[in-house]
Amino acid sequence: MKAKVYVSLKPGILDPQGKAIQHAVELLGFDGIADVRQGKYFEIALADSGTPEEARESVSRMAREVLSNPIIEDYRVEIEA
Amino acid sequence: MKFGVIVFPGSNCDHDAYHVISKHVGQPVDFIWHRDTKLNSYDALIIPGGFSYGDYLRAGALARFSPVMESVKKFAASGRFVLGICNGFQILCEAGLLPGALIRNRDLHFICEHVFVRVETSDTPFTNEMERGSVLQLPIAHAEGNYICDDATFEALEQENRIVVRYCDRNGEVTAAANPNGSRDNIAGICSRERNVLGLMPHPERACEELLGSSDGRDIFRSLAATLAAVA
Repeated sequence: MKAKVYVSLKPGILDPQGKAIQHAVELLGFDGIADVRQGKYFEIALADSGTPEEARESVSRMAREVLSNPIIEDYRVEIEA
Repeated sequence: MKFGVIVFPGSNCDHDAYHVISKHVGQPVDFIWHRDTKLNSYDALIIPGGFSYGDYLRAGALARFSPVMESVKKFAASGRFVLGICNGFQILCEAGLLPGALIRNRDLHFICEHVFVRVETSDTPFTNEMERGSVLQLPIAHAEGNYICDDATFEALEQENRIVVRYCDRNGEVTAAANPNGSRDNIAGICSRERNVLGLMPHPERACEELLGSSDGRDIFRSLAATLAAVA
């Protein structure tokens, strides 16, 4: 089983890296970009011992307590068989 | 009074802090490796600046899980004094000992320069030898020093007089132009509700000798030493 965790800055938290990337992309000639937000992505390989529900629970805890800082970031967990 | 300087893999201001305590405060001080957990013999701890764990994941995020940190939490809960400087401030926020978070500087740069900060309260163990409104010249050296917190936290910090220093100009005016990193309300340092834990982005330990451009940082350590002398 594999878990994917996406960590992104909460709405309203300044993301100067995203702004710099947006600026670069616009210089390349891409039009119509309203906003760019940069986040983090984690792939976690899991031993196939538990159920997908158990995996989701433990990875969510990992995301909440380590991978993200809940003051500034949100997270989303996906479990793949 | 005995001081401890906690050393994580990647700490790099530990020797500066040790030097200041031994030379300028003139008190015994030990380095404490992050795997040690016995802190009973210390009266005050310094969590120094640097790049603990290479700033992997988020600045301060991994140091929080070092064995010493559970002992630091108990140490702080017992009312003894903890000073986190720069990366030390980031670690204290990640560990939940101070509220809020330190994110990427507004303009993305790593900023390494002398700035001015205004002492907003003398009612802390770290500033009680100074007048409110005093201006200190201290260096900053960080890429993630932009202090943020939600509105409720900010109101609590203000009402409880826990904003200890703010970035200002050389005359002590707190202005947007004097804010190097985008920190909310120019916040450069805050203390805990019990006032015994202080987090600072500027480096007082790098400003204790005129040779280094400023000796204003000594006032922080002088205050802490006076507090400890009064407690003893």
